[in-house]
Amino acid sequence: MYEASDLRKNLKIQIDGEPYVVTDFQFVKPGKGQALYRCKLKNMITGSQFERTFRSVDSFEEADLQEKKMQYLYREENKYCFMDNETFEQVYLTAEQVANAADFMVENVDVDILFFGDKPLGITLPNFVDLTVTKADPWVKGDTAAGNAKPVVVETGYQLQAPPFVEEGEKIRIDTRTGEYVTRIKD
Amino acid sequence: MDEQWRLARKSEALRIRSAVIQAVRLFFIDRDFLEVETPLRIPEIAPEAHIEAPASENWYLQTSPELCMKRLLAAGYPRLFQVARCFRKDERGQLHLPEFTMLEWYEKGVCYLDLMERCEDLIGFTAEKLDRGNVLVTAEDRHISLKKPWERLTVAEAFRRYTSLTPEEAVARDRFDEIIGFEIEPNLGRGRPTFLYDYPVSLGSLARSKRDDPSVAERFELYLDGIELANAFSELNDEVEQRRRFENEQQRRAADGGTVYREPERFLAALPHLPDSAGIALGLDRLVMLFAGAACIDDVVAFTPEML
Repeated sequence: MYEASDLRKNLKIQIDGEPYVVTDFQFVKPGKGQALYRCKLKNMITGSQFERTFRSVDSFEEADLQEKKMQYLYREENKYCFMDNETFEQVYLTAEQVANAADFMVENVDVDILFFGDKPLGITLPNFVDLTVTKADPWVKGDTAAGNAKPVVVETGYQLQAPPFVEEGEKIRIDTRTGEYVTRIKD
Repeated sequence: MDEQWRLARKSEALRIRSAVIQAVRLFFIDRDFLEVETPLRIPEIAPEAHIEAPASENWYLQTSPELCMKRLLAAGYPRLFQVARCFRKDERGQLHLPEFTMLEWYEKGVCYLDLMERCEDLIGFTAEKLDRGNVLVTAEDRHISLKKPWERLTVAEAFRRYTSLTPEEAVARDRFDEIIGFEIEPNLGRGRPTFLYDYPVSLGSLARSKRDDPSVAERFELYLDGIELANAFSELNDEVEQRRRFENEQQRRAADGGTVYREPERFLAALPHLPDSAGIALGLDRLVMLFAGAACIDDVVAFTPEML
């Protein structure tokens, strides 16, 4: 069971027997008033969306989803293909179902595919992924204390802000929940 | 190196934070207010329906320094201010930290309407000290003019303007907070600050009822750019009435399955000595956000709980 204070973006809950994902989340609390949790929810099967406001007394069931580790093979126009490494069975997800996971996924990596019964619905990314920087301006030495940031591009084509000392060819760790830079990985 | 980078990125916001706090102190000291410090860890808090205090052994971390400051006021100190750390359980969002900094001040012989002018002067003075002139620029590049007087809007008028319910109907249907939070607040303090005032009396547990209209409490909230910045009221100094109000809040807490707090007996015993006065709590982190052009409260504190 989840409580209202567990609500956050990407949490998956069950309403009337169907799985929903929180796509947008806002905590509002007038100083003397009650805590309100406004969520945009997306039905993970039909894709239909609605907005609902919860209160601290509300609780929710976890969405009844199974995860299966599968290998990301390739992208074909609007579809992404994944393979079960043991049975070699293949499933497809649409670009919409993959959503921003594409920013953090390179071919041949293992990811967790979410199933509701036998329907593949989406991807659960690990919280952190390590990706190689393919584009970054060179580091002007000494430019750290000011807390400056510069844009860098990683191998998936995803662009983010990183500290000035990050250079091309290096691996960096990214928090997939926020899309933000975490740290530089030294091999 | 990453940790240093993350903290170094906050240097400008932290500089503004320090300057705002210095300006606030100067403002009150110039006007003959006494700066006080009262304990953060206290045995009882004012029971309010929707404010949760973290426990500290069998005491609590304060949710506001209100009770101790009013006891000082009752003892004869006429003008008091405090910059205090406050704690609220389960409050975390763009505008909420479970530990934050509150500015509170109390004045003898004034009412809530006088505090509105004090707010205008305080924030105007702070802007002047930070060389901002008369305009604040927000994170989304919206401009807020600090030119006096600021907008004054009753709760009843705001409900007429933005909803189809009256405040009393909203309270009866348990929809007041939702309407304030989602329908009304986002419109307030745009272009210039707004004082939203005269709340239904059931929503001002420690506020005096209005003399010519006992259905409303002499309470206001100040909004800048859709952000609730301060809550103020004329202080209730009727012990019997205060006990009744606390009882009512405790019942609402119990109905929601919440902790029923011990009654703050020493505070209640001081109430008959409390002079006619008014007091206000202002979220200093949020004030810093407005001066720093920050969209999130995380940006104006060195450490969030998640960074510890």
